[in-house]
Amino acid sequence: MNVYEWQQTILLFVTLLLLIKPLGTFMARVYQGEWTFLSPVLLPCENLLYRLCRVDSDEEMDWRRYALAMLLFNLVCFVTLFVILLTQQLLPLNPQHLPAFSWPLAFNTSVSFTTNTNWQNYGGEANSSYFSQMAGFTVHNFVSAATGMAIAIAMIRGFVRRKTSSLGNFWVDLVRSTLYILLPLSLVVALVLVSQGVIQNFSPYKTVSLIESTNTPGEVQIPMGPVASQEAIKELGTNGGGFFNANSAHPFENPTPFSNFIEILLILLIPASLTSTFGTMVGNTRQGWGLLSIMFFLLIVSFAVLQWAETSGNPLLSGLGVHGGNMEGKEVRFGLAGSSLFSVASTGTSCGAVNSMHDSLTPLGGLVPLSLILTGEVVFGGVGSGLYTMLAFAVIAVFVSGLMIGRTPEYLGKKIEVREIWLSILTVLTAGVTVLIFSGLALLIPSAVASMANPGAHGLSEVLYGFASMANNNGSAFAGLNGNVNFYNLLGALAMLIGRYIPALAVLAMAGSLAEKKFIPASLGTLPTDRAPFVIWLLLVIVIVGALTFFPALALGPIAEHLIMTGGN
Amino acid sequence: MKDLKSALLLVLFLTLLLGGIYPAVVTVAANLLFPHQAEGSLVADGYGRVVGSKLIGQPFSEAKYFWPRPSATAAFAYNPLLSAGSNLGPTHPELIRQVKERITRFRDTGVTGEIPADLVFASASGLDPHISPEAAWLQVPRIAKARGLSVEKVHRFVVTTTQGPQAGTLGAPRVNVLALNMALDRDTVLP
Repeated sequence: MNVYEWQQTILLFVTLLLLIKPLGTFMARVYQGEWTFLSPVLLPCENLLYRLCRVDSDEEMDWRRYALAMLLFNLVCFVTLFVILLTQQLLPLNPQHLPAFSWPLAFNTSVSFTTNTNWQNYGGEANSSYFSQMAGFTVHNFVSAATGMAIAIAMIRGFVRRKTSSLGNFWVDLVRSTLYILLPLSLVVALVLVSQGVIQNFSPYKTVSLIESTNTPGEVQIPMGPVASQEAIKELGTNGGGFFNANSAHPFENPTPFSNFIEILLILLIPASLTSTFGTMVGNTRQGWGLLSIMFFLLIVSFAVLQWAETSGNPLLSGLGVHGGNMEGKEVRFGLAGSSLFSVASTGTSCGAVNSMHDSLTPLGGLVPLSLILTGEVVFGGVGSGLYTMLAFAVIAVFVSGLMIGRTPEYLGKKIEVREIWLSILTVLTAGVTVLIFSGLALLIPSAVASMANPGAHGLSEVLYGFASMANNNGSAFAGLNGNVNFYNLLGALAMLIGRYIPALAVLAMAGSLAEKKFIPASLGTLPTDRAPFVIWLLLVIVIVGALTFFPALALGPIAEHLIMTGGN
Repeated sequence: MKDLKSALLLVLFLTLLLGGIYPAVVTVAANLLFPHQAEGSLVADGYGRVVGSKLIGQPFSEAKYFWPRPSATAAFAYNPLLSAGSNLGPTHPELIRQVKERITRFRDTGVTGEIPADLVFASASGLDPHISPEAAWLQVPRIAKARGLSVEKVHRFVVTTTQGPQAGTLGAPRVNVLALNMALDRDTVLP
């Protein structure tokens, strides 16, 4: 790495660390209904919204009702988006007169945005109107993120509350996530992004005549649209669905190194700060820092491996007199480090935005984002979903270590019993099992194999990455794979639904069961979960579960390709 | 039933707020504070004709212009309506073939020695407006010859167009190809 790359990497990590505590404690105050500096403006809006929507904000919900409200809300979101996409040619703000989505594509896309996946089998500038982008995608970027945050908060309450069935009120958690956290940050960041060159307008596409007159065609159309308002929440809510096909590699979505820095920071900001919210709400901030340190460690290791692989470049080409690392599918303004940082941030969380094309990464480089997704996106993870998946891993780690040292498994003063273990396993393994079965299925179906853009081992990586991304609600892709065929549209939608709602329901059920338990004060027989030995143990559990599940598939994909590329050297 | 009603109403009002009011507020504020950027950082030539955006790369293939990075957009290179990378993996025979072809193209213009990676690998968006300073230096002799200028003079154009890291910290040095070529056209007379 050169000096600039070191500078921006260190600056990014330091800035993130400095922001975690202030934002984390702020979020804890918001969810506990305490007064914040935004309350004078937002409290009236919040109460107005409750009145308009017939929400009784004092009402407490048990886990079943909380889950039902969450599912109903998501169902309505899905139907709304589905209808918008199928009728976009009839709706306003469509200056390019773009036609409606086909129904399998609309189905896949609606599921994708409702589940916070944002897998895209369409290209934004060529397929979606400004209305679909704003009233459709932007809205669902907010509310799918808020849904994840609400579930994570309910999970924390499961640990905090004693001998009660109530987990809070889903509507209140949803509205507060949106109004107090996502919306104010997005407003500010959208304007910062515009200052860098991200566009924000409703103009029709601009026709320009190129400088070099000998070109055919001599004129091209430059797409326009309300990009900045969507870009901000796309990163902040770990959504990742690009306004344009090239996502954050597009100069109108990510025009400068500074906008790139802001976008990476935004992707990590809320998931990282939620660990602090967790620590604050359970009354022991060391618990939050423990989880955070695991995430940070995995992030830095992943970044180092990816950066090394991309800097080393492609040995098949280095003999030809090419100087520099692997720049295929990368942009000059970000350089290698700016691209690698973005990739690990985006796949460690459930964001899935890309500023480089992952399909063109070196084999070991591509292994990094793939592995980050497959381990269940716990390296900060999606907004909310990262924290609750990490907590499920912690429950498993407590249980296994309890068996090994002969102590009763307890976590945060709650006894871990059979029910919690089953639900944790369901949370952690659902996506992984879905990935393996669906990828296997794809390889048996000739038309699904025909969607691969690259031959051999790399083609397998494309399919594996595709289902990993959809089942874990990431949304990035080895984008050579042609996903806009019925097989991937429909089976992919199923993978996204399974990967989002089964863990979410398992987590809520676990929260319900934990809330009803009594609090057991720590004694000499309790394993401290805020100390280094447990933190290291939890890290090992995550790595071992991931490795055992996926090593065979990874060996046939990226690892085989690496061996082919290096020719056995 | 009560929850379904709340769900329907919340989706309606949140759509108004987040899909209507929020983008509208950002649009108004953006156009007040940063109108040039909000409208796409468009650039016009000496006659006031809009010739592109500072941020969106354009194809150049004549000897008198600096060449941009390879673009893998569909239909034609640098097609702004279909932004995309090649998505070719590192072992794909097509990638190897393309890179060899691009190297040959530079060798044919008299380039010897190593060629910077950004000139032989396609960008992620297919619209990358920049090349590295090394990639610009490499092309200076060709442009000087085609325009009948001294190598030093063309060098100076590259130096004045090169952008350093932002705030001295972020990103790598880079050269905007459109800005460089427009500066050349503006300030030099072709033989």
